[in-house]
Amino acid sequence: MNDTLAGWLQILALAGALALTHRPLGDHLAHCLTNSRHLRPERLVYRAGGVNAGTDQTWAVYLRAMLAFSLVSVLFLYAFLRLQNQLPLSLGTRPMPPDQAFDTAASFVTNTNWQSYSGESALGHLVQMAGLAVQNFVSAAVGIAIVATLIRGFTRQRTDRVGNFWVDLTRITLRVLLPLAFVFAMVLVAAGVIQNFHGAHSVTTIAGQHQSITGGPVASQEAIKELGTNGGGFYNANSAHPLENPTGFTNLAEIYLMLVIPFSLPRTFGTMTGDRRQGHALLAVMALIWAASVAVATANELHSVSSPAGHAAGGMLEGKEQRFGIWGSVLFAVSTTLTSCGAVNSAHDSFSPGGGGLLIFNMMLGEIAPGGTGSGLYGILVLAVVAVFVAGLMVGRTPEYLGKKLGSREMKFASLYILTTPALVLAGSGIAMALPGQRAAMANPGPHGFSEVLYAFTSAANNNGSAFAGLSANTVWYNTALGLVMIFGRFLPMVFVLALAGSLARQRPVPVTAGTLPTHRPQFVGLLTGVILIVVGLTFFPALALGPLAEGLH
Amino acid sequence: MPATTHRVSGGLLDPRQLVTSFPAALRKLDPRLMVHNPVMFVVEVGAVLTTLSAVKDPGVFPWVITVWLWLTSVFANLSEAVAEGRGKAQAETLRRTRTRTTARRLTGWRPGAGPGDEEEVPAAQLRLGDHVVVEAGQIIPGDGDVVEGLASVDESAITGESAPVIRESGGDRSAVTGGTTVLSDRIIVKITSRPGETFIDRMIALVEGAARQKTPNEIALNILLASLTIIFLVAVVTLQPFAIFAGAEQSIVILVALVVALIPTTIGALLSAIGIAGMDRLVQRNVLAMSGRAVEAAGDVNTLLLDKTGTITLGNRQAAEFLPVDGVGADELADAAQLSSLADETPEGRSVVVLAKQRHALRARGEGELEHATFVPFTAQTRMSGVDIDGRRIRKGAAGAVTAWVTEGGGAAGEEVGRITERISAGGGTPLVVAVQDRQGARVLGVIHLKDVIKEGIRDRFEELRRMGIRTVMITGDNPLTARAIAEEAGVDDFLAEATPEDKMALIKREQAGGKLVAMTGDGTNDAPALAQADVGVAMNTGTSAAKEAGNMVDLDSNPTKLIEIVEIGKQLLITRGALTTFSIANDVAKYFAIIPAMFAAAYPGLDKLNIMRLHSPASAVSSAIIFNALIIVALIPLALRGVRYRPSSAAALLSRNIWVYGLGGLVLPFLGIKLIDLLVQLVPGLH
Repeated sequence: MNDTLAGWLQILALAGALALTHRPLGDHLAHCLTNSRHLRPERLVYRAGGVNAGTDQTWAVYLRAMLAFSLVSVLFLYAFLRLQNQLPLSLGTRPMPPDQAFDTAASFVTNTNWQSYSGESALGHLVQMAGLAVQNFVSAAVGIAIVATLIRGFTRQRTDRVGNFWVDLTRITLRVLLPLAFVFAMVLVAAGVIQNFHGAHSVTTIAGQHQSITGGPVASQEAIKELGTNGGGFYNANSAHPLENPTGFTNLAEIYLMLVIPFSLPRTFGTMTGDRRQGHALLAVMALIWAASVAVATANELHSVSSPAGHAAGGMLEGKEQRFGIWGSVLFAVSTTLTSCGAVNSAHDSFSPGGGGLLIFNMMLGEIAPGGTGSGLYGILVLAVVAVFVAGLMVGRTPEYLGKKLGSREMKFASLYILTTPALVLAGSGIAMALPGQRAAMANPGPHGFSEVLYAFTSAANNNGSAFAGLSANTVWYNTALGLVMIFGRFLPMVFVLALAGSLARQRPVPVTAGTLPTHRPQFVGLLTGVILIVVGLTFFPALALGPLAEGLH
Repeated sequence: MPATTHRVSGGLLDPRQLVTSFPAALRKLDPRLMVHNPVMFVVEVGAVLTTLSAVKDPGVFPWVITVWLWLTSVFANLSEAVAEGRGKAQAETLRRTRTRTTARRLTGWRPGAGPGDEEEVPAAQLRLGDHVVVEAGQIIPGDGDVVEGLASVDESAITGESAPVIRESGGDRSAVTGGTTVLSDRIIVKITSRPGETFIDRMIALVEGAARQKTPNEIALNILLASLTIIFLVAVVTLQPFAIFAGAEQSIVILVALVVALIPTTIGALLSAIGIAGMDRLVQRNVLAMSGRAVEAAGDVNTLLLDKTGTITLGNRQAAEFLPVDGVGADELADAAQLSSLADETPEGRSVVVLAKQRHALRARGEGELEHATFVPFTAQTRMSGVDIDGRRIRKGAAGAVTAWVTEGGGAAGEEVGRITERISAGGGTPLVVAVQDRQGARVLGVIHLKDVIKEGIRDRFEELRRMGIRTVMITGDNPLTARAIAEEAGVDDFLAEATPEDKMALIKREQAGGKLVAMTGDGTNDAPALAQADVGVAMNTGTSAAKEAGNMVDLDSNPTKLIEIVEIGKQLLITRGALTTFSIANDVAKYFAIIPAMFAAAYPGLDKLNIMRLHSPASAVSSAIIFNALIIVALIPLALRGVRYRPSSAAALLSRNIWVYGLGGLVLPFLGIKLIDLLVQLVPGLH
């Protein structure tokens, strides 16, 4: 079987698996978010936490609960990392320095999983399992909880209640993430991913040298790392490491895992709003952008080869694992940058300028195609609000989406949302480039060096977490700056989404007539895709021109 | 009072208006005014920065950019000034009518108590509830209701219509407007508005735009535009450190030019003109909207409540055919019908005479031609009219009344008459029975079929409304049977028969409970609550002051059909905003392709590939983009004032069309425009 055929079969298998599973999973999610019955283990959790699970919260109370939970998470994780040498299973690791511990805590609580440390040498098993993996679950659940409130904003009427944070958090974790992660951890173990509590093994390599290899509970962490679009690897090499991602099959399974929840949420949206076609339209936009990105990146990596070695290898193979090849690496890279996952199985720094630029652009889209768990859907919904606003005017009505009017309040929150992430990316990169000391962290001169900085801030602000590599980001300045950017990039948009949800839930819906802008047709799919590409393109064109474009155009 | 009042002609922009509005546009450069429009405020700040830069470091290029940035600000103000100027002319004429009228105030006047004492006071001193007397040739000093007398009034000062109207005490034609002139007779008016808050005062404020507040949708759009402006500001400010790293530090002039090119100046400049022009288009159709909010709501209306009479049907029923009973000739019935209607001056009566003449060649005889004829006029008690002539007594009237009259005269109406009248009623018509009493006794000759005449083209209008997603409900006092027949013939979606004001109110509330927006017209005092409840309530100018107070629009022509036009104007206003926003954003793509290579091709020669327009030089490229950006504002002023073309169709079809025209057009046009301007400016020394 040649590479091309294998590549196509991978894509088809992936698309087929997603097509088969997005309905049941989407409906299951909808059921969890609307059903009024509490399960016995959930009731135990509520009793332990003193939660009144019977009442819904206003958006402001929901926000406070979410922020309080996240703040406690950051503090807990920070303390954990600083004190890990005093805890069992530490494997003799030292406490993490304060700036790096802040960066790491912010990174895992915000679902970013930017890692300025090397997992196997800096962390013990307990921190990995009880610290990071726990955040992998709950940060993903928080994302889904926030999108649940936005969906309820559309479905509920004349109420100030958008849901109960503790109930949403508990249910998503217990009913969705834990069972799925468990099953897929088993699958990964069966396929060769390790799961043990070993410390460092010393092995003798073929060349006769000694190498130290750390074992650990990898498979359990790997499953939720992809499923929750977290992306933080057990090992520094992340999914390029043979113990995390040993074969082509595990590679495909990991790609499937990072895509499955984000691609199922539009179904959840359609089911909850009672109009499945609305979900289909959003799914179509996501799938369209994802497919186009896979196509362009693959073509770039296969054909834009300049070196004789590259020609001999049949593509840009530098920095890619031989066992995945170009197709398996590009598919992973595109999916990870479009989902806010940030796991990597290849060095994005070594992609062709066009391919690497596209990976940056993917993140700049705001993680919406299909985006992170929850954050992808709320991101695309906010963009849909903006698209509907402009298009709605063009049909001669004050705009409305799913029967809810988009007035000045709604536009204020939507505008603030779309403003936040680009401002963080550009301001962060701008400051880094203006400080001579921080520029020195680049591994490369010229436009490629700039791309490394731009990539880092784009990744942090969009809560992706993947790195272009090259940039030496473990400095006090980068740890602090990126940590802050991750926190603002995660929670500010959530504030605006919750406020938007509250504002929508208060309204009485407007009936649909022939004069209403239809938001389920191919016309709207095209419109929304166009709005996303143009708004993002216009925002980042100058920066991209000085990075990937300057490097790629000759 | 001039007999014909100057009215602002609709639609087109007179180029002279651009010149005359120029001083006003310059005055609007005051930063305290500009700050209300965030997009254009950024342009002005940018213009100040480039001016400073050009003074410090003079050259052709900085000065070209500086001049065109100032022009961009001026052009934006110009659009607003022109839009306002169109209302000013009308306000001027209105003001002239609000002369220092003196009022003849009556003290101690009571209904039926005869004229009390009279004193002359300036109109400005009139208070609510004062009574004034106005005689032929005098100007009515303030808004009010006629409480005694009847007069013909020239209302051309506000309506532009020179034909006089009748105003009388009691009923729904009692309202008079200050500033209009009494032509004949004498009336006593009770003042219902405070000085300075009269209808004319409000009208002046409205057409001048002084009372203009940003509408909800305009605020929402402004928020979006402001946030886009901030995004582009951040993108350009942060570009400088990137550029320094690339070894291509940019001048202030270039950075300002890039910001101005990117922020949505086209829509930012025209937004306020679009709103003023929308109100102006209503004024041109003789409709006064009390708020811009109401105009926007008109675009959103889901349900139109339309009065049958005057909107769907012509004002009056007309005789459509003569249906004789067995044994009676059609000519005989027509002759009798005509004779009995000769003295009937109602439109229905006249239509009987006309029908007899057209169908049966019966000349209408003058009343004087008939000797020994005694005409019996219609009264509410007898419910019939007729004539006694040469021993024959002919009667025409409501079926019940005439059959009773026949029975009284010893005759019998017969079943056939009942069948005919029922058939007519079922078809939505009104039967008038014609009977005669002569030597052969009393008997029914036949039935006249009176029909409501549906206005021509109204069916197509409703079809259009349906395509726009608007439901029409006919309101009528007719019985359900008649109402249904007319509703079917006219093609309305629903009807409310035997409607009382309470029914109307209940219907509006029911629709609104389902989230729908309702528009209606009304004129009577008992319409006032419904007018106030409706989202768009259009009061007829002939109506009572209570109705005018309750509605949020007043139609000076008192033409209920205009409700449909009002909805279309509301839609057109929103579409114009959306279309120009799309156009404005789409323009940015071409500007990037002009400016980015101009900025960085020196540092990274590969970026010259982005210069797909092959612009002459960096300086000419940036200048061309800025000049295009400024000129497009002027070029679009007529469109902003006229509104984009609107044809009623479904939302999906409208969107497709507007995306093609304004989205794709906005993408392509600037490529051509910038290239053309570049071909010209490259000839300027210092720009190549």
